[in-house]
Amino acid sequence: MTRQLTYAAALREGLDLCLQHDSRVYVMGLGVPDAKGLFGSTLDLARVHGSTRVRDMPTAENAMTGVALGSALVGMRPVLTHQRVDFALLAVEQMVNQVAKWHYMFGGQQPVPLVIRMVIGRGWGQGPQHAQSLQAWFAHVPGLKVVMPATPYDAKGLLIASVEDDNPVISLEHRWLYGVSGPVPEGVYRTPIQQARIARSGNDVTVVATSYMVLEALRAADELALRGVSCEVIDLRTVAPLDEATLLESCRKTGRLVVADTGATSFGVGAEIVARSTERCFSDLRAAPARVGLPDCPAPSAPSLAAEYYPRSHAIVQACHRVLGLPAPAPEAASSHPLDVPDPDFTGPF
Amino acid sequence: MKRDRELLYDLLVVRSVEQEIARRYSEQQMRCPTHLCIGQEATAVGVCAALRPEDVVFSGHRSHGHYLAKGGDLTAMLAELYGRGSGCSAGKGGSMHLVDLSVGFLGAVPIVGSTIPMAVGAALGFLLQKLPRVSVVFFGDAAVEEGVTWESIDFALLERLPVVFVCENNLYSVQTPLSARQPAGRTIAQVAAGHGVETESVDGNDVFAVQRAARAAVDRARAGGGPTFLELATYRHLEHVGPNEDVSLGYRSAEEVEAWRARCPVEHATRVLLERGELDASELDELRRRILRDVRHALELARDAPEAQGSLLSDVFASTVSPIDGDQR
Repeated sequence: MTRQLTYAAALREGLDLCLQHDSRVYVMGLGVPDAKGLFGSTLDLARVHGSTRVRDMPTAENAMTGVALGSALVGMRPVLTHQRVDFALLAVEQMVNQVAKWHYMFGGQQPVPLVIRMVIGRGWGQGPQHAQSLQAWFAHVPGLKVVMPATPYDAKGLLIASVEDDNPVISLEHRWLYGVSGPVPEGVYRTPIQQARIARSGNDVTVVATSYMVLEALRAADELALRGVSCEVIDLRTVAPLDEATLLESCRKTGRLVVADTGATSFGVGAEIVARSTERCFSDLRAAPARVGLPDCPAPSAPSLAAEYYPRSHAIVQACHRVLGLPAPAPEAASSHPLDVPDPDFTGPF
Repeated sequence: MKRDRELLYDLLVVRSVEQEIARRYSEQQMRCPTHLCIGQEATAVGVCAALRPEDVVFSGHRSHGHYLAKGGDLTAMLAELYGRGSGCSAGKGGSMHLVDLSVGFLGAVPIVGSTIPMAVGAALGFLLQKLPRVSVVFFGDAAVEEGVTWESIDFALLERLPVVFVCENNLYSVQTPLSARQPAGRTIAQVAAGHGVETESVDGNDVFAVQRAARAAVDRARAGGGPTFLELATYRHLEHVGPNEDVSLGYRSAEEVEAWRARCPVEHATRVLLERGELDASELDELRRRILRDVRHALELARDAPEAQGSLLSDVFASTVSPIDGDQR
């Protein structure tokens, strides 16, 4: 049996390999060398590779993003980390105006090999400024690649591919995935950027999911299978640039599309995917697509409100029923565990 | 270090380039916002004279002088202003995004203060690679109002990075005077010094003084002594953006402009060399004529080059990867 690692351990192994093999790589972020090691993903790396290459940093997100960019321009390959995407918003000027455009605006002379890892998530009352899922913002900016690994395998594979890419890559990691385990090969391998994964093949409806919503989509697919519905689950893996080919091929096959994203529904990843598929293969679709995502309000802190705010597998089942023209499913069964902590059934292997 | 005669030559070149751009700008062939540095040439020339070719420079919106003083290609810069495919940024950037990697001019952008952390990052990169190079960033008085400036200076101090912060204080952010932007009773140099960074205030219109101060800062940085902040007092003669005078706008007085014109950096250097007898009037005329001829030739080459075409969607991303284990892919 293939070795199992958690998502956090897979990331750590990916970073370790990058640091080992390429002296130009360095890792920098608030708390990177501390005892918690960014949810375990950087644990002990400073001891192994030294605090020059595995660095803590001032709480100055904007400047430190520019610092990472400047170092990339003289030959370094930085991996910058933020404990929440919300803090990284202070660095939007550098990310959007500078990092994203540098290669283009100077005529393609200077590559910007820079990985920015940011944590997204939900639960435990994180509230309005500790849980945003802003992949659509970054995907909207030409020049940024945006990846969202959902499995331990892809956490490591996409990290290595991102470090090796000569372009800026934004990696959004869901906090509830760090403890999930799955098969992870040893050594160097890559998950290609801009390549979605068929997580489960099916014929009746396509569910395109991002990050943690892939787990919810797989659970929804299990439930739908009990009713004889064959659901194809696509783990998007890369948000930008979009793997249009895999998306359209599946839509043409099933004729029905549901998108489940960790971010806001309005103007979100789901909106783009629905627009792309209706523009490109409208005549193959047999029903209007449906989106599952966050409602138009900030993330609330109270568990009771958060339970209403975050869609779970049942919302995906409902959306699939809608696009399949089936009667609405029975209401969601009461959960046997609290909804504001990671689902204990989602420990893997995935 | 450059000899005084070379400094004067560089000043004359930058002045001539900016004057010729101003003269042709109204033809509306250079169709991008253009911030001329007439009156501020000595900061660019003096600082860059203290650098080695492998040292790097970043700048802001008013960057023509910095680019040229670091040795940037004149025709490629003018072609960029004309929107030509042969422009230094292939027509993607315009006047506000100059670059010449061959001479270490790594880039200029118009977001105020935004290249300051990049210069610090380049210095970090040099330190990590154990390269004895220095990074320099030019910015204006408005950049000291940006948080990113002090975040960057802090980090440079923390890591003792080889970087020189060059603040060209020309008293105005667009048309807004310092008095409307910064508390009275303190200078920018005092704020920097209070932050703990080695600081020097210099007459930014005296190219010889600027070179001396820059040389000390660069030597210190290269020797591992950490960053220096230079406040260089100077003044722009023309409007914030564009080729015209702007006393009619009313934000500064004719007397103020005249007083600063009397302290013109090019005239100052010329006068010093003439007085010392290192140059005579006929040599000066010949020098000016030769420079003007070269500048006009470059302008014609740039103007006559083909427009940028067919490259709209190219270079959004680099097409390369750099495998960590050395595999060729």
